[in-house]
Amino acid sequence: MSLVMPSPLKEQVPTRLMWRYLRLLWLQVRMSLISQLQYRWNFLVLGLMQVFWLFVSAVPLWVAFSARAAAQGQSMANTELGGWGLYSSMLVLGVFSLLKAVLDGAINPSLAAVVEHIRKGTLDFVLLKPADAQFLVSTARFEPWHVLDGMASLLLIGFAAHKQGVLAVGAGPLLLAVTSCVVLFLCAILMLYSLWLLVVCAAFYVVRIDNLSYLFTAVLDFARWPRAVFKGALLVVFTYVIPLTVMTSYPVDALLQRLQLSQALWAMGGAGLLLTISRFTWRRAIRQYASASS
Amino acid sequence: MSAAVAVRPKAAGVRLWVRAFPTLLRIGLAEALAYRAEMLVWMLTTTMPLVSMVLWQSAAQGTQLGPTKLGSAELTAYFLLTLIVRLSTSSWVLWLLTEDIRSGALAQRLLRPVHPLLGYVASQLASMPLRGALVLPLAITLLWKLSQHSLTHDPAQVALFVLSLPGAWLLSFLSMTFVGLLAFYIDSAAGLFYVWVGLYTIFSGYLIPLVLLPAWLGKVATWLPFQYMLEVPVRMLLGWPIAGGARDTIAGRLEALQSLGIQYLYVGVLLLAVMLLWRAGLKRYASYGG
Repeated sequence: MSLVMPSPLKEQVPTRLMWRYLRLLWLQVRMSLISQLQYRWNFLVLGLMQVFWLFVSAVPLWVAFSARAAAQGQSMANTELGGWGLYSSMLVLGVFSLLKAVLDGAINPSLAAVVEHIRKGTLDFVLLKPADAQFLVSTARFEPWHVLDGMASLLLIGFAAHKQGVLAVGAGPLLLAVTSCVVLFLCAILMLYSLWLLVVCAAFYVVRIDNLSYLFTAVLDFARWPRAVFKGALLVVFTYVIPLTVMTSYPVDALLQRLQLSQALWAMGGAGLLLTISRFTWRRAIRQYASASS
Repeated sequence: MSAAVAVRPKAAGVRLWVRAFPTLLRIGLAEALAYRAEMLVWMLTTTMPLVSMVLWQSAAQGTQLGPTKLGSAELTAYFLLTLIVRLSTSSWVLWLLTEDIRSGALAQRLLRPVHPLLGYVASQLASMPLRGALVLPLAITLLWKLSQHSLTHDPAQVALFVLSLPGAWLLSFLSMTFVGLLAFYIDSAAGLFYVWVGLYTIFSGYLIPLVLLPAWLGKVATWLPFQYMLEVPVRMLLGWPIAGGARDTIAGRLEALQSLGIQYLYVGVLLLAVMLLWRAGLKRYASYGG
């Protein structure tokens, strides 16, 4: 295969290096697609299941808002939880499930494979390849059916944005809002990826870790609500330690044009910081890794 | 495979099961101890009641929700108890069962002179002491903090609550087994289980106290078995009458007693269904590679 390179990649010029990695990425994605498309029925059934879940997870939000509206004798439109209405909360839920689709479709499968590699000792083969090991393991496996729940999440976001009146602000401001929302969402993906990589690095030390991934997903579940529901210590933890509110509420704030510059900077800086920390930890972990097979 | 099971006279079988059960429990306990770290992590993944709790706390802030006027404190108590009941009554037999059917390991279980389902019961029951050790400190702390205002003061209701816990466990075990046994017929029974879990999360009171559901959904919930796995025990300990009003009344006791009766009725029905499905499914079963 063309993967076997005569010269190590490090000596190449940056742009050609980038192209090379893009081609590698495409190759990895195609490999995953081919192997997953053998299970077309699974594709459909699992995809539909995720859409069903999205629907189920919207029910509590709707019931909570209608119960509060009834208790206060208000209309649904005027009911708020600390500045978040029903539709802005649904935006957060949409961003959350989109993030989860990315996690389940692109991040989780690959990193689960790393844990398996470490346990079996086959990580050696990955390390031997003439490309960055972190890149290789992070792109090793994709589960394309999560595209379906990603699309369902986008539909939810679109619906909620329409109801919230986001689209009625005029072309210029809308473009700015959407762009900043997308940028912050990309930051969220980076943060999620970095946190996940840190969890995986733990596998070098404790090996049996597969259910730590469930724990990770379980903690992530808190990110489905707007940040206004968190108070006191919980808010501090979910903003600065495990930045869940930064991941899902900040992009929505950006879309609603109420995010402060300091918050946006914190989100971007935080993403960069986490990425650096996780990269550093990965390098350290790799350096002290002794293969299970040798 | 089924021939080996069939040759044994029935009565001797039952006596054998009774004698074998303690051994099965010991094996299960050893397994649970070996995977204690996994168990702890698995229990920590039950965050959903807390996730729901933060939403409902803020929904009830400065007001009282629903026909029974639930405030923030009541909702907090409700979801903390949900967490405790969930942790102490859930099981993972579905994954054991579907994996055994898929991989063919069920053949080994069939060869043993005890009913395989009894083996699963033992393995799940045996994890109880360890789970208890992990849940009890949490439960005692929470109950102690809540007891002043939020819990029932009626000893009869507390007794009914204690009786309802095995019922809740049996319901969850049997329903999982039922769905798992469908793997005899369809390839991905676990996929079907997602639908079951979806219904469970809405109709058991796991995400939303049933009294806060829209009236028609609430009506559906009363006819389904899901609430008996979770909300019914929780409500007994909280002393919440279904329709609201004063707590710790005679009517409340009767209501709780009736709920307990229905719960065990469901247990009986499910047990029958599982036995029938087991018999029918086993005839179709062919293990691979066993």
